Amino acid sequence: MSSSEYIPTIGIECHVQLKTKTKLFSAVGNDARQAQPNSLISHIDVGLPGALPVLNEKALELATRAAFALNTKPQKFSKFDRKHYFYPDLPKGYQITQYEDPIIIGGYVEIEAGGETKQIQVTRVHLEEDAGKNIHPADADYSLVDLNRAGTPLLEIVSEPDISSAAEAKAYARELYLLMKYSEVSDVDLYHGNMRFDVNISVSKEVGKLGKRSEIKNLNSFRSVENAVNYEIDRQTEWLEKGQMVDQETRGWDEAKQKTTSQRGKEEAHDYRYMPEPDIPPLELSEEFISKVKSEMPSLPPEVRKMLNKLSISSNVVEDILGMPPEIVNKIIGVIKTVGDENARRLAFWALETGELDVTRDVKLSKMIDRGELNVSAAKIIRQQMATSDETPQQIAKRLNLAQVSDEAAIEKIVDEVLIQNQKAAEDTKNGELKAIGFLVGQVMAKSKGQANPEIAQRLIKQRLGL
Amino acid sequence: MSRWPAIDELAADVKSGKIKAVELVKQSLKAISDNQEFDAIISTLEGRALDRAAQIDKQPAGRLAGVPFIAKDNFLTLGGKTTAASNILRPFEAPYQATAIEKLEAEGAICVAKANLDAFAHGSSTENSDWFVTKNPHDKTRVPGGSSGGSAAAVILDMAPFALGTDTGGSIRLPASFVGAVGVKPTYGRVSRSGVVAMASSTDVIGPLTKTATDAALVLDVMSGRDELDSTTIEKAEASYTDLDFDWSGKKIGVIKEYMQEGLDAGVKAVIEGSIEKLKSAGAAVEEVSLPSLPLALAVYYIVCPAEVSSNLSRYDGQRYGYSAKDAKNLDESYELSREEGFGAEAKRRIMIGTYVLSSGYYDAYYKKAQTVRTKIINEFSEAFSKFDFLVGPISPTPAFKIGEKTADPLKMYLNDIMTVAANMSGNPAISVPAGLAGNLPVGLQIIAPMASDHQMLAAAKAFEDLG
Repeated sequence: MSSSEYIPTIGIECHVQLKTKTKLFSAVGNDARQAQPNSLISHIDVGLPGALPVLNEKALELATRAAFALNTKPQKFSKFDRKHYFYPDLPKGYQITQYEDPIIIGGYVEIEAGGETKQIQVTRVHLEEDAGKNIHPADADYSLVDLNRAGTPLLEIVSEPDISSAAEAKAYARELYLLMKYSEVSDVDLYHGNMRFDVNISVSKEVGKLGKRSEIKNLNSFRSVENAVNYEIDRQTEWLEKGQMVDQETRGWDEAKQKTTSQRGKEEAHDYRYMPEPDIPPLELSEEFISKVKSEMPSLPPEVRKMLNKLSISSNVVEDILGMPPEIVNKIIGVIKTVGDENARRLAFWALETGELDVTRDVKLSKMIDRGELNVSAAKIIRQQMATSDETPQQIAKRLNLAQVSDEAAIEKIVDEVLIQNQKAAEDTKNGELKAIGFLVGQVMAKSKGQANPEIAQRLIKQRLGL
Repeated sequence: MSRWPAIDELAADVKSGKIKAVELVKQSLKAISDNQEFDAIISTLEGRALDRAAQIDKQPAGRLAGVPFIAKDNFLTLGGKTTAASNILRPFEAPYQATAIEKLEAEGAICVAKANLDAFAHGSSTENSDWFVTKNPHDKTRVPGGSSGGSAAAVILDMAPFALGTDTGGSIRLPASFVGAVGVKPTYGRVSRSGVVAMASSTDVIGPLTKTATDAALVLDVMSGRDELDSTTIEKAEASYTDLDFDWSGKKIGVIKEYMQEGLDAGVKAVIEGSIEKLKSAGAAVEEVSLPSLPLALAVYYIVCPAEVSSNLSRYDGQRYGYSAKDAKNLDESYELSREEGFGAEAKRRIMIGTYVLSSGYYDAYYKKAQTVRTKIINEFSEAFSKFDFLVGPISPTPAFKIGEKTADPLKMYLNDIMTVAANMSGNPAISVPAGLAGNLPVGLQIIAPMASDHQMLAAAKAFEDLG
């Protein structure tokens, strides 16, 4: 199969659930994860007669943050529209969305894939309400509707078809995830569908000429984005190689079978009869509001990445660090700024090990290592103790007798004992065997129960052996 | 039938203990029961009304203490059903109340009954009600106008001192004119639409129907203001609308040329011309003014309004509340049958027109173009109000017509709205004030005021009443 000749063209639509306390148009709780069905609903969410939507201002602020995260600004003027269709999970018979004038136009996401950086352009981003959920109990001749999620605020981020491989698609999905997380736009709980990716993909042999596309709906992990794209490239290529046409259709991703499956057959031509939403006045964002939100923006992944790269850590580890909760990563950045790179680097690794940081005490601990008061393994023990104790690292070191001994007289005594008991190694050391001196230092450390300063021990051994 | 005193006097008498709210509610219920032949009322809220009255009598308070009123049946109210006179909402009991009702209740008013209307407020005669046709109190063979025909008739039949209506294209003013009541269409956004069954969201307004401008001013004053539940409501600049001091002398009045041309019934024309003469004698400077786009307002209205109607009626799908077809075999059938059986012919007609004009490929030709003309109408009004304090004209080309006279021809029916829709398209406040009789039938004078000048308009209406 000559799949290498086919060029994939990929665009991704991503629905991001906004981190608001209440729904987009009603004063009802937004977190349906633990709620009983239909317990988070108001007359607005159910679409009772006379119910009017009232815009949640927080959603505007979060959309504005998203604009900055995507390297652009929000539109000063935008408005809502109604998108009509009948479905049991859509109580009003229309979804309130933004069609003609979305809140964000343009912007980009910078990704790294295959060792190269690339900008994926964003076409538009609009605010909209989520629908409810239809549940089809097995063996029942009825379906159930849960409207808890109806009215949940979503941002739909639509990319340009700038993505040309599965690796890029995955990198884009992950970078969006990081951007939405660090800008505090969303809780980005992928398991609960806080971010859902729809991937549009086509393959073609001719540059600039697009093939028929399929759309893979509702992917909710980076891995499934990557695997679905790979599968779809192969499927479409194989299809075209056989001389057949690819259907323009919606497909789903079967996680168990790791394949895409046709969902609707031929795409129906929906006529959503869009019209301006008359119940919500057009949105006008003031310069003042926009600059206030901008001034409150936290550090975003590209900047954080740059800071972390200064610590001479491999890029894989940098990405691991970025994957941690932003609160922790921001602590590391704080240490870079106020204490220094070496301490920050140490704290970064500690954070990766245990998933938490106690900046005040961890910095103290790190400085004790710098000053030769502790060695690395003792520091590890102290960190474990810190998790359950309010003591300072110094207090713990003292209590557990972990302070590094830098008193030369004390170490000298141990060195003498070790040299007597290990004459063979002493000989080898004299003859220049590097391994042997390491062994002797180890013996000194063991005898001192790990407290001896290994540098001093090594110097004294050399001194005694006349090296 | 006994007439009601002025609303402020009534409330004062309840507060002083001179009369009991319970007695007022009973008087209202009796008038309703004595006048059943007019079919003005769909249901009473007797239980809740008497309970509230008893409560109020214990500690009477509020600007409307103990004052009974009647709400058009598209206002959501507790204590009974809210049907919008439609089959599809026949079983619907509202779990919350309209903001307007809440505000009136907070001042001590008591809702005693729900008035008939054209189903979903689609119509100009109440003949589109899925219940029955309300009769004009002046002539039982004639319509009371619509869609707030039940509310208008109820006021004239003294069923309550005031009633509430909604006006999307003339639905308060037209019946007010046809029965001889005062009917106020406030500035768009003046009164919250929350809890009122939506017809066309961008033109729906809520207003009072009363016997006098003074009563209307008090009721509107209580209902108006910003509401958190309706983002399109506007801030009220004045503290109150109840000071109606006004002098016509020196006021500049524009008589709308397009409303005084051929097609205007001779009786109506005579009443309006007589009214203009009164204004002149009172010292107003009267001139003819042309707003050339006004004749297009009806065409624009019958694109924008059905578009919004088709959207607003989407929620009535038989799945969560209201009528649901029992014989449906699957979801699609349930949608189809519930809506087919639940909606009347006029609702279906408007859903079809609205669906058509919003369809892809037609949107620009109809809806977009209509909005462009709408902007033109707004601009012409605003230009006219740079020269005039008020614009005046008739409410309708004819007085109340015969029941059945226009039902066969929807277009003929739509033409009733030709002089009222423009103010809905532009959002300006407008009022119908009784101006005289054409034969034995009342004729209203329409006074249209600049945006947000509801207070001035009410004062002008009161001053017009005082001219006799």
